[in-house]
Amino acid sequence: MALDKIGIAKRIALELKDGYYVNLGIGIPTLVANYIPEGINVEFQSENGVLGMGAFPFDGEEDADLINAGKQTITTLDGAVFFDSANSFAMIRGKHVQLTVLGAMEVSEQGDIANWKIPGKMVKGMGGAMDLVASADNIIVAMMHTNKAGESKLLKSCSLPLTGVKCVKKIVTNLAVLEVTNEGFKLLERAPGVSVEEVQNATLGELIIEGDIPEMNP
Amino acid sequence: MIKKEVKSIDEAIKGVQSNMTFMLGGFGLCGIPENCIEALSNSGINGLTCISNNAGVDNFGLGLLLQKRQIKKMISSYVGENAEFERQMLSGELEVDLIPQGSLAERCRAGGAGIPAFYTPAGYGTEVAEGKEVREFNGQPHILESALEADFAFVKAWKGDTAGNLIYKGTARNFNPMMAMAGKITVAEVEHIVPAGELDPASIHTPGIFVQRIIQGSNYEKRIEQRTVRTKD
Repeated sequence: MALDKIGIAKRIALELKDGYYVNLGIGIPTLVANYIPEGINVEFQSENGVLGMGAFPFDGEEDADLINAGKQTITTLDGAVFFDSANSFAMIRGKHVQLTVLGAMEVSEQGDIANWKIPGKMVKGMGGAMDLVASADNIIVAMMHTNKAGESKLLKSCSLPLTGVKCVKKIVTNLAVLEVTNEGFKLLERAPGVSVEEVQNATLGELIIEGDIPEMNP
Repeated sequence: MIKKEVKSIDEAIKGVQSNMTFMLGGFGLCGIPENCIEALSNSGINGLTCISNNAGVDNFGLGLLLQKRQIKKMISSYVGENAEFERQMLSGELEVDLIPQGSLAERCRAGGAGIPAFYTPAGYGTEVAEGKEVREFNGQPHILESALEADFAFVKAWKGDTAGNLIYKGTARNFNPMMAMAGKITVAEVEHIVPAGELDPASIHTPGIFVQRIIQGSNYEKRIEQRTVRTKD
């Protein structure tokens, strides 16, 4: 069975390593914070200016001066710190953040990503996404394998305006875990009960299948 | 001590004119200069270029200036959450320059720090890079981004003193410190103003040298854009 959004978040959480500073994008990536594996200590950075982000506040304890990059009210954990936007992106550009997880509308087999604009339809802006993808060494995309029209989001080349080029390293979708290699999307794992053929049918870019592809083991 | 305190909002925004370029601090509705925005909305000036990470919501923040068609051009990184903004942009009434958030922050910082331009990897290979110089450093392509300056910068802090020194609260800091640096005239509104000498000099975020006017703000709404909570079990 294909994964739901929580399943995608749980699988990505397995990529967290002890000591990582992590930036989570809006949407599915935000859910990753709920599934940190036991014994792993990570800190979440939000580019509007906080490290050490905690859970949502209890009802009635919201603070208008304490939000994340999705403009949601949050809390902080022990050791948290606030900083300005220039310092925040110094952390990001300077590669002090070890993992970036973000959503995408399209990813190409070269690792290009498009997630900020649909010409003539949706023009909201890139926010911090371009800075994040241009600098991070470790970028995981969390997304559904196909769009609402059933079309593949894993393409030979992106049709939408790019956010960054040759930057995505790994993709976790509702159907599979894939690594971006020089030859294309290398299939690493299938979602439970999902066949290699189903992944192939939902992938327009080059899909590399080597040997038996294991099921995810979340 | 150089005295920066002004007592009225009219005095705080004195000198603003149509067709000027303004910077306005804040991220979403967090840390925006509410009092100054309201005064600018009432001032009737127009043709403004506004540099601000976001554009407010329909009836709050910069949305107030958009409603009255006072803004000619917005320079921002993210402008969702505002239907009137989208309408003006798609109809061509409003010019919009969208730039990566980190580049926006650094361009403001550079403007205040005497750095005319800098190279950044952000936006390389995208439409943001169109027309910009590309140069390789350490084998990686970077694009040249120029500094931003403004006729006025309007910032919001939690606490300030009569010498213009500022302390921000929580994530309301965001773009305010860099914009304070980059304004020819920087106006700071604060929730609490205290006499110079009361703030710990080691705890000040924005030194008063960057601030020309400081005013005790009033009637802060501090609206929350996305109220997310959990319930106690």
